[in-house]
Amino acid sequence: MKISNQWLGQWVDHGLAVDALGHRLTMAGLELDAVTTVAPDFTGVVVAHVIAVEPHPDADKLRVCQVDDGSGEPVQVVCGAPNVQVGMRAPFARVGAVLPGDFKIKKAKLRGVPSFGMLCSARELGLSEAHEGLMSLPDEPAAGTDVRVLLGLDDQVLEVDLTPNRADCLSMAGVAREVATLTGRPLQVLEVPAVSVACEDVFPVRLEAPADCPRYAGRVIRGVNPAAPTPLWMQERLRRAGIRSLGPLVDVTNYVMLELGQPMHAFDLSVLDGAIVVRRARDGETLVLLDGQELKLGADDLVIADEGKLLALAGIMGGEASGVTDDTRDVFLESAHFVPMAVAGRARHHGLHTESSHRFERGVDPALPLRALERATQLLCEIAGGTPGPANVAEEASQVPVCAPITLRPARVSRLLGLALPPARMREILVALGCEVSGMGEAWQVAVPSFRFDLAIEEDLVEEIARVHGYDDLPSELPLVRPGITWLDEARVDPRRLRSRLCDLGYLEAITFSFVDEALEAGFSPDTRPLRLANPLSSELAVMRTTLWPGLVKAALHNLHRQQARVRLFEVGLRFVPQDNGLKQEKVISGLICGALFPAQWGQAERPVDFFDIKGDVESLLALAGLDRRVSWRAGRHPALHPGQCAELCLDGESLGWVGALNPALEAGLDLETPVFLFELSLEKVCRGRLPGFREQSRFPAIRRDLALLVDTALPAARVVEVIESAGHEALRGVNLFDVYTGRGVPEGRKSLALGLILQDLSSTLTDEKVDEMIHDIVTKLQEEVGATLRA
Amino acid sequence: MESLSNLTDAALTAIRASADLRHLDELRVQYLGKKGVITEQLKSLGALPPEQRREAGQAINQAKQVVAEALEARREALELAARETRLAAETLDVTLPGRRQESGGLHPVTLTIERIQALLEQLGFAVVEGPEVEDDYHNFEALNIPSHHPARAMHDTFYFDATTLLRTHTSPVQVRVMENQAPPLRIIAPGRVYRCDSDLTHSPMFHQVEGLVVDEQVTFAHLRGVLDAFLRAFFEQNDLKTRFRPSYFPFTEPSAEVDIQCVQCGGHGCRVCKQTGWLEVMGCGMVHPNVLGHVGIDSERYSGFAFGLGVERMAMLRYGVNDLRLFFDNDIRFLRQFV
Repeated sequence: MKISNQWLGQWVDHGLAVDALGHRLTMAGLELDAVTTVAPDFTGVVVAHVIAVEPHPDADKLRVCQVDDGSGEPVQVVCGAPNVQVGMRAPFARVGAVLPGDFKIKKAKLRGVPSFGMLCSARELGLSEAHEGLMSLPDEPAAGTDVRVLLGLDDQVLEVDLTPNRADCLSMAGVAREVATLTGRPLQVLEVPAVSVACEDVFPVRLEAPADCPRYAGRVIRGVNPAAPTPLWMQERLRRAGIRSLGPLVDVTNYVMLELGQPMHAFDLSVLDGAIVVRRARDGETLVLLDGQELKLGADDLVIADEGKLLALAGIMGGEASGVTDDTRDVFLESAHFVPMAVAGRARHHGLHTESSHRFERGVDPALPLRALERATQLLCEIAGGTPGPANVAEEASQVPVCAPITLRPARVSRLLGLALPPARMREILVALGCEVSGMGEAWQVAVPSFRFDLAIEEDLVEEIARVHGYDDLPSELPLVRPGITWLDEARVDPRRLRSRLCDLGYLEAITFSFVDEALEAGFSPDTRPLRLANPLSSELAVMRTTLWPGLVKAALHNLHRQQARVRLFEVGLRFVPQDNGLKQEKVISGLICGALFPAQWGQAERPVDFFDIKGDVESLLALAGLDRRVSWRAGRHPALHPGQCAELCLDGESLGWVGALNPALEAGLDLETPVFLFELSLEKVCRGRLPGFREQSRFPAIRRDLALLVDTALPAARVVEVIESAGHEALRGVNLFDVYTGRGVPEGRKSLALGLILQDLSSTLTDEKVDEMIHDIVTKLQEEVGATLRA
Repeated sequence: MESLSNLTDAALTAIRASADLRHLDELRVQYLGKKGVITEQLKSLGALPPEQRREAGQAINQAKQVVAEALEARREALELAARETRLAAETLDVTLPGRRQESGGLHPVTLTIERIQALLEQLGFAVVEGPEVEDDYHNFEALNIPSHHPARAMHDTFYFDATTLLRTHTSPVQVRVMENQAPPLRIIAPGRVYRCDSDLTHSPMFHQVEGLVVDEQVTFAHLRGVLDAFLRAFFEQNDLKTRFRPSYFPFTEPSAEVDIQCVQCGGHGCRVCKQTGWLEVMGCGMVHPNVLGHVGIDSERYSGFAFGLGVERMAMLRYGVNDLRLFFDNDIRFLRQFV
């Protein structure tokens, strides 16, 4: 909302400088966005009367003019504007004037003819973007009058950001009311007398959707002059509010909307047929709007029609065929109340947003239509002539919105605000806001004015009281904390520990978008149909990720393309996996490494990361919950991972996540030239540990026996350890795989595993005999179950 | 006895000339060992007349002691030299960097969330989380934003279908908490939120922290008190000025927007605060009775306040980051600045 300070001053003498006024409004909830001047600086420009116009002897497009600038002597000016003519008044920059852009006017010769100044267009004065020749000034002002004074250009516009609840301030009347309340200054209420009716013409109005439009005021005005100029003061007020002047008929309706807040519409009476009908559109009806756009309408749309055709989309925009034109002589003015629900959403549905829809969808004072109609009639007849008929108000009184009285308990106001505000002060504020307060004691009845339809419940009044009193004058205190001890789940590792462990391991935390490119996502999870956005910003952000890997790989690429060859990233976030029983939004912790294991340094040979580096990092994470000892690593298949370097982590038959090298098939499509290793683990599952439990330590010495076994190359080492551990020997304390060897001395197709077995008994020192027995049993089981033989 | 003194002199000369411990030990054996030449002298005492034995014995023992002391002194000197040689050989350039893995670090958004969390946990706020793919009811309806409400236009929502969307704010977590827990409540909900908007100052995904307190006797003064104290603690400025401006959110009444004095210029006006001296940092208000009503909390008995803040904005102000988009580029040179 753009508010001319000069115009506001005519409604309320607020006595504040613009900055102070802006601050007061901001602190009352009408946030000041900016203050702008209404015209750039210029000096020395006066009203001039063009007395004579002669052709230029040496230039077709130039004219030599004599103008009266009030100095007593005619002044010669060479002018190139096509619209210059004898008798017109225009702004004249005298010699010595300074125009916007620090453009100094000097004596000049144009094609040999001396020129003493410049006749100006509105654009040259910074008042308009349009380049339509000289700015034409009205006849009254005397030649020599300063144009800045004439147009009141030493004015400022306050741009205020209004919240959706303050639709009552979408007009000068509303803002002035608010300013009067805030400053305690009297409001100069605009008197709007009923115009005297000069003809009996009434155009009938029928309300067929009274719940949407319960009140419709209309009037016929015959014999208007559509070519009459809109007075400068009105043009200027429209301009300062950001509205273009489009001729008196449209200008008056816009002006009244700005002044009082009632959106209006002018129809060309000659195209109306029979009666105005306010109704819902029928499915498939079409309407060509003023902007030339054709809309297909449905039963949700409220329209203004006549007996034969659609005229306008109610409260949003008029139709092309029924609007006023340069030939319009008789008009029908509409000033109606459309309820917010009838307009809200419909404009947006059709991709429209107009001054009118903006107001109606937030709400307009239902008491306004007749008052606005009278005001518009008065202004229109003054400017464009015409004989008004009687105002015709169609109404379904039972449907007109009313503001129900609100019960207000002063004690509750104090209790919610934490401030014992005297009830008398509360009452004073409410009255200043236009409310009527009745009742005395603990519960008051507050009748709110029709323009404050946003006030519906007690809390709304609490806010009004606090707002006018000033939020900054409310107390500030810390609440008491209720003592209590929150239980802590000791078996669960705080996820923050996992993040900090990864940081210690050299990983940087990344945050990537939760929506990713559909093709990229399909490369990582070809078997999952991801959740697709109905209105994505771009195809690169179109589907919800089912794994964090695509985002991490993209982040790695970003860095690899910027000379960062060593990347270690992790991310914690949700993955969105559609399942038969609905969407699973699961928090995972995922990581990526590529490049050298260590940053380049003198004391360590550089080598690229491999599978066992990332596996070590994952084991280090698992160790936080003691899971490194319990999880089993299984060679698995995952479409995003290298088929030979891919492990699934399982615990008690449940998958915890995946670790592996990025599938080389994906590397190529991503233009990746370096191997990338990835992990992704369910965060909750890897945080779930066990409460530590005590076990007695043996006091007897431990014995170590080493075994060198030959097994098939393809046999997972974990299987050998599993056989040893499940052999059922209580004295077995641990198995340590300390070497894997193939080559000389080992037959083709076999590998040698070196294992250290630690044996210890709880109740006695183990004898060699007993140890031999156990080892023999274990070797036998290894032979039977996995075909292992002792290496000679 | 001349030969003894000659012997001693020879021994002392040899000891002085000895260059290493092994040779020195050979000299010890040669002179003082069981069959050493000085030891042998003692054996010859028996051949002397008894009246000379005593004197000769003393002379031999003295010579033995002189040689032993010389041996010991030489040994110490050689050992010291050897140690010094070894130390010299083992001396390192300690200014060379240590051998290590580089430390990583948390994302500035996470750092900011953890800071907010750590501060508010002191007031008894518990951290809760909610789904990011939300339904229309929790994101809008239950927060008093019916389908045609103009406030919806400000939310630029990403939809999956008519009723499923990406949450546009963390406020639905309020509703989910109140559906499942009875007052008193004191929670914060950090997390990702999404708006269909992308330009210099808008990211389609960003982070918010929502706060909610519901209890008997909760007042607007408490809201101010908590946020004043929080903001001063967050920016570590005891004299940080805050101001509360009336505003509008459908789910709070009264509602306020909170500004802090610009932390860049101290309130004098600069580019960051657009010359106003103030920075808008959060929205807040008393929980609207309709919101309490939706979850069956008696608004006569209980009242509450809620607040929401943008994490990236707080991070930008705190760390001086000047471009929102940097947070999601994941450039390691940027991320490393927060290690």
